[in-house]
Amino acid sequence: MANIVHFENVGLRYGTGPETLTDVSFTLAEGGFYFLTGPSGAGKTSLLKLLYLAQRPTRGVVRLFGEDAGALPRVRLPGLRRRIGVVFQDFRLLPQLSAYDNVALPLRVAGMRESEIEAPVMEMLAWVGLSARVTARPPTLSGGEQQRIAIARAVIARPEILVADEPTGNVDPEMADRLLHLFSALNRLGTTIVVATHDLHVIGRIPQAHLMRVEKGRLVDPTGLLRHPPGAA
Amino acid sequence: MNGFRHRAAIDLRLLGEGQRSWVMAGIMAIMLFLTVLAGALGLGVARSASGIDRQLAGQLTVQLVEPDAAVRDARAAALVAAIARVPGVTRVRAADRAELAALLKPWLGDVGLDPELPLPVLIDVTAARDVTGAVTAAARRIAPQAQVDGSARWLAPVRGLLATLGWLAIGLVLVIAAATAGVALLVARAGLDTHRDTIDVLHMLGSTDLQVARLLQRRIARDTLLGGAIGTLAALALVALFQTRLALTGSEVLGGATLLAIDWTLLVLLPIGFALLATVATRLTVLHTLGRKL
Repeated sequence: MANIVHFENVGLRYGTGPETLTDVSFTLAEGGFYFLTGPSGAGKTSLLKLLYLAQRPTRGVVRLFGEDAGALPRVRLPGLRRRIGVVFQDFRLLPQLSAYDNVALPLRVAGMRESEIEAPVMEMLAWVGLSARVTARPPTLSGGEQQRIAIARAVIARPEILVADEPTGNVDPEMADRLLHLFSALNRLGTTIVVATHDLHVIGRIPQAHLMRVEKGRLVDPTGLLRHPPGAA
Repeated sequence: MNGFRHRAAIDLRLLGEGQRSWVMAGIMAIMLFLTVLAGALGLGVARSASGIDRQLAGQLTVQLVEPDAAVRDARAAALVAAIARVPGVTRVRAADRAELAALLKPWLGDVGLDPELPLPVLIDVTAARDVTGAVTAAARRIAPQAQVDGSARWLAPVRGLLATLGWLAIGLVLVIAAATAGVALLVARAGLDTHRDTIDVLHMLGSTDLQVARLLQRRIARDTLLGGAIGTLAALALVALFQTRLALTGSEVLGGATLLAIDWTLLVLLPIGFALLATVATRLTVLHTLGRKL
């Protein structure tokens, strides 16, 4: 399988502060399933931000879909971002829009017609079990419901890479299993999945997944838990 | 069409536009109110000036000072005949002695009626166009000392005042247009700041800067049009009232300031022009500001 993501000696620094990520190098294969784990504050979210192009590296090379994301002109970023689905840790749903409109947003951004949007959005809302909350706005939804809307929004445009930051943090075990089932299904369809999680139960549910561990801003495997070293697939 | 309306409604809701931003609309109403008044002043002045120009362009007075009454009368007759032959001249008439005496009465009293008092010959010339050069040449051939004055010369100060007022009106419209662009710029920046989270999410979902700019453009264009329409209607009502009052004065100069249909159309189009201006200012501001981000 071709490499879809390539990090080489990547460093990330916010402003003039210390490096949040240091010398991170790895490769993700197209169609792979990856868990990113590590203690809080280790740099998982920063690494994901580089992956979904919310940040550019301070040094090193980040290649996405064969493009050097660090050197890419701004006008080309939207095209790459549309190929990446993101489930944010804090969901980042738009409170002024209904559940339906939040899920439909990536399709509208991509320029799809309204007549083409309704069926996939309703299907996705049904899949996450929120058909009855189509018109509800995020502030009226529970944390779990908001998370399911965030996941529906991330996957509706069938991204090539799905990046999820603690996607099962606010859902019950049954819903967590359903979400992992969805991720597996998307992965079988060829989507590369990257999930940041603390939850060992979640990691155990996908035995074929690769494990990446971040500690103090570095990608490490000090405990030998790295079941499948990234890039070795 | 429904899809388009639905999309437009979503776009407005994206920036929390459930409630109309009356502040922006109110500012635009005031801007357009002032602009339409300034525009009406400019157009009215232009109409008045062109009316004066039209009336005076062909008005000339030929003056001949000759102490010998017999020579004066003979030359006056010859002048009238020669000037009448100048192409473009439609009317030539020498003022009779009674008219001249009436003109002099405020200064000389009844002395002007004395037949022994030598009075100059005054010949009124009306032409379809400016024939000052030709009339002067024709008059000088008969009487080298004859003076030809264009009536426009006497009204030059009035004409100058009208021109100044016209430029003042143009300046006011330009200043208000610049202020409108400035308001749009500030509102766009404030909008980017207020809706930073939403814009970040849109960017993460793959929105282009142009798509984000369009959201703000639509909102600002809508507010400009809404406020502008209110301000324009109020100003037009005031202008119409002024037009009625001007017509009642019976003054030729003031009456010449009456706006034509094309002028009213231009004034009605002002809010659309300002909405376009605000839209462009918003677009440039948003693209410039976002261009400095990641």
